[in-house]
Amino acid sequence: MRKILLPSLIIVSAILIVARLFYLQIIDDSFIKKSDNNAIKIKYDYPERGYMFDRNGVLLVANQPSYDVMVIPKDVKEIDVPEFCKLLKITEEEYRTKIEKATVYSPRLPSVFLPQLNKKEYAGFQEKIRKYQGFYIQKRSLRDYQVNAAANVFGYIAQVNDAIIKKNPYYKSGDLIGKQGVEEVYEEFLRGTKGVKYIQKDRFNRDIGSYKEGIYDTIAIQGEDVTLSLDIELQKYGEALMINKRGGIVALEPKTGEILALVSAPSYDPAILVGRDRSKNYTKLSKDTLAMPLFDRGLLAEYPPGSPFKIMTGLIGLQEEVIDENTTFHCSHGFSYGRGAFMKCHDSGDNNLHTGIAHSCNTYFANVFKRTIDKYPKPGYGVDAWSNHLKSFGLGNFMGYDLPAGRKGHIPDSRYYTRWYPNGGWRSTTIISNSIGQGEVSTTPIQLANMMAAVANEGYYYTPHIIKKIKSHTIDKKYTTKHVTTVDKQYFKPVIEGLFGVYNEGTARSLKVEGIDICGKTGTAENFTKINGVRTQLQDHSIFVAFAPKDNPKIAIAVFIENGYWGARWAGPIASLMIEKYLRGKITRTDLEKRMLEGSLQSEYAKVTSGQPFKINQ
Amino acid sequence: MKNQSVTNNIDWITILLFIILVIMGWLNIYSASLPLEETSIFDIDQIYGKQILFICLTIPLVLVVLTVDAKIYEKYAFVFYIIGLVSLLGLFVFGKTIKGQTNWYSIGGFTLQPSEFVKTSTALLLAKYLSDVQVNLKNFNDQLKAFVIMGVPLLLILVHDTGTAMIFVALIFVLYREGLPSWYLWTGFSAILLFFMALLIEPHFVLIIAFAIISIQFLLSKRINRNPIASAVIFVLIAGFTYSVDFVYDNVLEAHQKDRINVLFGENVDLKNEGYNLNQSMIAIGSGGWFGKGFLEGTQTKGGFVPEQHTDYIFTTVGEEWGFVGAIVVIALFISLFLRIIYLAENQKTKFSRVYGYCVATFLFAHFIVNISMLIRLFPTIGVPLPFFSYGGSSLFAFSILLFIFIKMDANKVNEW
Repeated sequence: MRKILLPSLIIVSAILIVARLFYLQIIDDSFIKKSDNNAIKIKYDYPERGYMFDRNGVLLVANQPSYDVMVIPKDVKEIDVPEFCKLLKITEEEYRTKIEKATVYSPRLPSVFLPQLNKKEYAGFQEKIRKYQGFYIQKRSLRDYQVNAAANVFGYIAQVNDAIIKKNPYYKSGDLIGKQGVEEVYEEFLRGTKGVKYIQKDRFNRDIGSYKEGIYDTIAIQGEDVTLSLDIELQKYGEALMINKRGGIVALEPKTGEILALVSAPSYDPAILVGRDRSKNYTKLSKDTLAMPLFDRGLLAEYPPGSPFKIMTGLIGLQEEVIDENTTFHCSHGFSYGRGAFMKCHDSGDNNLHTGIAHSCNTYFANVFKRTIDKYPKPGYGVDAWSNHLKSFGLGNFMGYDLPAGRKGHIPDSRYYTRWYPNGGWRSTTIISNSIGQGEVSTTPIQLANMMAAVANEGYYYTPHIIKKIKSHTIDKKYTTKHVTTVDKQYFKPVIEGLFGVYNEGTARSLKVEGIDICGKTGTAENFTKINGVRTQLQDHSIFVAFAPKDNPKIAIAVFIENGYWGARWAGPIASLMIEKYLRGKITRTDLEKRMLEGSLQSEYAKVTSGQPFKINQ
Repeated sequence: MKNQSVTNNIDWITILLFIILVIMGWLNIYSASLPLEETSIFDIDQIYGKQILFICLTIPLVLVVLTVDAKIYEKYAFVFYIIGLVSLLGLFVFGKTIKGQTNWYSIGGFTLQPSEFVKTSTALLLAKYLSDVQVNLKNFNDQLKAFVIMGVPLLLILVHDTGTAMIFVALIFVLYREGLPSWYLWTGFSAILLFFMALLIEPHFVLIIAFAIISIQFLLSKRINRNPIASAVIFVLIAGFTYSVDFVYDNVLEAHQKDRINVLFGENVDLKNEGYNLNQSMIAIGSGGWFGKGFLEGTQTKGGFVPEQHTDYIFTTVGEEWGFVGAIVVIALFISLFLRIIYLAENQKTKFSRVYGYCVATFLFAHFIVNISMLIRLFPTIGVPLPFFSYGGSSLFAFSILLFIFIKMDANKVNEW
């Protein structure tokens, strides 16, 4: 016993120590993290964000340097807070809340203390920074906009929020990410990849060299420049035309689906969403619930399309062979479709397809629609056939374009009507309003523009897109894939002739541009709002769709002006000016241009909030 | 009989273990003290350069120890002991204070810590005393004399250096091996256990537990062995001890000693102050994983986060850079050395060399266990070096002399009869 006590004790102690080491080194892995926190500092090298160019190579969006004051809370030592705050022009109260917020995120990791100093602020702070341990300056690049236009297309960049950090480990607190527009959709190309440097620290938190000779370090990969399909001159012109109006313009190149202009009014200068006032300005924009400058009307405004929809009714009628171009219907200021039900029309006399389109005769298209639906044994089959034709033009669903905002619009099918009329009893005449673009159908301006592109192409379209080129990548295949419509090529000719007639003898004859063959269609959409809880009708929206030239279409356009009254009053002229500008580069009808540039609908918009009773459509 | 050559009978296993440990120790010191700029490994201004010098100086030192006639150590044991005591007393007059401890003599730029060498002289005298045929540790008088031999240097060292003094307490295992009644061990063990229990839980609970254990022991023992008076006395002693722990804790222990106990239990520890060392030590060891971060690749070691890493905390470098596997290898080497020494000791022909060998094993083991336990929060922080591993001339010389005197005795046993 006396001989074995010490040897036993030695062995037992050894086992105890080994067990304890096993726990510390193998089972409990918290020490590895603590060790990294202790000894390794991660330094990011942010690459410059890619530039944006327009289709003609004009630089639209570049970068400017910006300086963020960063803080690592645990390293902050006793500093002269009042002097520090004075230097950065913040209050001591703000100083405390910012430090507290950073500490909550992580005492060891860097947080943005104060973002986006300008060069002058940076210079002042830079001189004194060594006095403030725990603070340092991180250089980033911010957007520098070369044009005061297309804010809705570009989108903006903002600091990532906690939800993004959690979802995507690439982003760390204080990183910037593209929001909205091209910045959001092409974020991964534009931002590049930040470089990482692991730096070995000593216990005084001094850098003592790179960790493991830098084998884990990565070099920042430059962001890629992108070329947009936008024609910035056309975009700027569109925005100028829309001053003091609300609405949207979408212009496409029919042959490619490229977006030439995407105007939303009112808009804002993209430069106000850069720098330290970004969030203040953003809040101001987002709080404007009447003019809604952040609401991209070209993509989001969802309305019954009105008369331009007659193009579809005609095309489907031809495809379904319920009419041909000579079929005539008689109109006597309207269409009677049942007991006491009557759809009014401004027209009268006999109309064939050509004059029906040119004069926008409701009666004509009500008849075509009724025949289309009634061709089938049950109205449900008819509606589904009609609905499928429409969907092949990109209506009634998200189009898949490369901008984050969008609406589906609505194209009803038999399921929809069965839900509304569970006991049946609905017929073609029940849903007759759809024939003239009222009723249950709704579309967005970009869908209408795309519809016109498909008509211009006589039966196919490419998904609209804003991207033209990414520096070292090809653009998504879906933008170079042809979509063929269910309406055959031969049926487009007479409709296009009708649309040409709109300018020659029809509803837009006053807007004729000498030397350019434009095919277009006017439209008017009734609309309502609630004022103090009462459903009130407002002045009609003015709508116009067109493409030109007739024989070799280069531009398809949809213009929609909120409360602009009839189509040829605001939307028509603006569409024709846009076309002329794009095709000719200059405007011959300066009087019309002047009237459009200077015209204002602000008094119309003010009616809603005036609190006074008002009249519309005068 | 003619004396046989010493080298023929040297225990090469022990010497090999010694050499491996010294080399491993140096490699870790090198890693822990490597400066950022390039230098030669013989740079005498660097800690690892100095350690190379110490290792080189150890070679002639152990050669001298091995050549000296083995009888000298027994014959002059008392003289060595007195020299040791005088060197400790001299500290009060000529001592140099380093990091709050007046343990050092400063001689021409180098410092010498006499308490390291006093272990050897104490072991020699204790061995000599116990090897006297008339000494019987069952007698109280002989026990007392043995305790005095241990106690005088212990008390002199305690004044400046609690850690090293505590190492002397371990000699109780040597006395036990040589016949000290076992209740000394049990009492000591119980006292330590009670001390920590009284700090950890309410004294009342400690008493209830003690009462229960004593009652069960009383009821289970044979009627004839039952001694109610003895049981009552033991209980009263326990009670008194338990309640005095608070008093001792509050009034006797110094602040830094209390801190170390608190740190051990993880109570209200400020990781920036009193808890810093232990926390950093555990981070370094714990981040090693299975195979460690690799030689010279330890981030904690490079960053110098663990204080005193090349001396008392040298094992953290092993843990971080060599991982669990490396740590096991080092522990296995130490354990092999201890067991080898005990094995050799048990096979000595004279009681003197047996007791001395036991003292050597005990001292080395006590250093080892206290040093490593404090790094991994098994024991309060007590600053003692890891034999052969930690940086320092005094400790390397002293441990080498301690060990090689025994190797010499062992080699010489063929000449004993």
